[in-house]
Amino acid sequence: MTWTTLQTAMADQGYIASGDLAMALHLSLSLGRPLLLEGAAGVGKTEVARVLAAVQDTQLIRLQCYEGLDAAQAIYEWNYQRQLLAIRAASEDGETGKAVEARIFSDEFLLERPLLKAIRQDKAPVLLIDEIDRADEEFEAYLLEILSEFQVTIPEMGTITATTRPMVILTANGTRDLSDALRRRCLYAHVPYPDLETELCILVTRYPDITDRLCAQIVGFVQVVRKQELEKKPGIAEMLDFAAALMGLGVADLTDDPAVLQATLTTLLKTHTDRDAIPTEITQRLVGKAA
Amino acid sequence: MTLVTKFAARDLGPAARVAGFMTHLRDNGLRLGVGETGIALDALTHINAINPQDARRALKSVFTGCAEEAAQFDGLFNSFWMNGGRVKTRVTATATPSQSQNVHSSREASEEASSGTGDISAPDGGDGEVESDGEGKLIATEVTNLFKKDLRDLVRPEDIVEAEKIALRLGAALRDRRSRRRKAARKGDQIHFRKVMRQSLATGGEPFALPKRHRPDRTLRITAICDVSGSMTVYSRIFLAFLAGLMRADTRADAYLFHTRLVRITEALRDKDALRALARLSLLAEGFAGGSKIADSLNTFAGTYGRRFVDNRTVVMILSDGYDTESPDGISDALVRLKKRGCKIIWLNPLKGWDGYAPTAQAMAGALPHLDLFRAANTLGELAALETDLARL
Repeated sequence: MTWTTLQTAMADQGYIASGDLAMALHLSLSLGRPLLLEGAAGVGKTEVARVLAAVQDTQLIRLQCYEGLDAAQAIYEWNYQRQLLAIRAASEDGETGKAVEARIFSDEFLLERPLLKAIRQDKAPVLLIDEIDRADEEFEAYLLEILSEFQVTIPEMGTITATTRPMVILTANGTRDLSDALRRRCLYAHVPYPDLETELCILVTRYPDITDRLCAQIVGFVQVVRKQELEKKPGIAEMLDFAAALMGLGVADLTDDPAVLQATLTTLLKTHTDRDAIPTEITQRLVGKAA
Repeated sequence: MTLVTKFAARDLGPAARVAGFMTHLRDNGLRLGVGETGIALDALTHINAINPQDARRALKSVFTGCAEEAAQFDGLFNSFWMNGGRVKTRVTATATPSQSQNVHSSREASEEASSGTGDISAPDGGDGEVESDGEGKLIATEVTNLFKKDLRDLVRPEDIVEAEKIALRLGAALRDRRSRRRKAARKGDQIHFRKVMRQSLATGGEPFALPKRHRPDRTLRITAICDVSGSMTVYSRIFLAFLAGLMRADTRADAYLFHTRLVRITEALRDKDALRALARLSLLAEGFAGGSKIADSLNTFAGTYGRRFVDNRTVVMILSDGYDTESPDGISDALVRLKKRGCKIIWLNPLKGWDGYAPTAQAMAGALPHLDLFRAANTLGELAALETDLARL
């Protein structure tokens, strides 16, 4: 598979990837290295993993990071409550200590969390480590170990080595800087807001029955809105919501009804200050500019 | 323009060229190790390396690691591989993206180049200061006051002793309570099952004791940046005493001074002898009571020390009156950069204590949205009173 065939395969799944991104994914697959995707919220970073899993026809395992995420939630945990019950039951049945020990520290009592699950699959899955910049630095350090060795050591069971190497995608949107060590382990692709042609393409792929005129208007409008001074610029997901809202309301042309257009802006602008920054007059001016 | 560079016949082949490209990238500030060369060569075998666009994309994903580098990369790639060997036309990596109106470059700003961080039109801003990062830079500016002021005249050892006590209390008030990791603790809110299992072994599987676990508080590290420009002279005594006390109370704290440039004073203040610490500080604080360049200094901090010492468990404490001799536009950018590292920012402004003070100094107005706490402080007593505010942070 070359990077262009990967790009086409992704397009078939409804994801329009830029050349840079498709190349990075292709290399990540062929070199077996993790890929770090960075970009503003709502440009489709998480979606990349879902589509890649579909293209590869494999499972997607997702680990959502948050402040305070620790090994027990990310790798494995023993099912302590069941273990206690098993011990009690065993003593009633007169099971020997050795047998009980072997039983309660077996797979049956192990709660697999995403990282362990990802390295124990028969077919290499896509492992998505979402918003890695939200996790704290201790976790980042732990992740480094797993990403380079692809093995997990459980004291009671021994070392579990990966049966297949998962294809790892990490996403970040810059809430904090990641360590250089992590960046160096990964290939990197920056996912920007799409340009006009790409965005048109995305909209048509998602909503095939949209009229050409409305499609061009929506994308043109969203592109100029992004150029405004906003706290949170609308991403692709917002653009799609906006299109869905307009189509649902039966709007055929953005210039038709200023009031409806202003009301549907709620799908694009997600903070109070941003709403205030674009009142009806500015909306109309932007529509004029986009047309 | 898309003419591929012709290399000399004595060239050692593709591997050497890629290594040469690595050197080119390192010269331009990308942090790359030996490992990357291997990965790059490996990557090139997986693609159609004859196609320059493919090669560019592949090398981009291997060699870049953040958005700034990715934006810079295309220009660097073109200058090495695509312009007939004129390797020396480099995109300079400086921190000023704006293109001056009255300076024109013979080079057209192509899309990649203009989106990069480098200023392609002029090597420096023309104010006599070379725009490059780094700490100990030499600056020629009319506002630097070269008279050495002896800080021992300003700060008394008694003040330091008192400040030390206050700093200790402030340090204790600053606890990070966000941790969701749990640790074993006598009075915890959750049962520590792993321990229950382990301890029940001693009693034949019967869990007698129920060990608990809780969320630990973590200490936050204080990084103080103190303005010692002319307008701050009156308050410097208090603030320097406070910094000296802070350094002695908290071994993880960090301190900086700035006037027209930024100086790290942590080491000097750690001196066991308080008076000698001040003497060392006087040597460092050359230019004390001159003008102040807040935005520049904060930007330098964010780009250099900040990258190493500031993380999400750091409180950056800025002690300044917000009067900048330079244009204050950069100040909010600098604070945004700092904030990205996840730290909390406190600004203590001695003027805020005045009746009817409004943060109208432009610098202050730009900074306000990025501050976690904005308080007055011009005596040791007021610093001590911050304790409750800090605890709430």
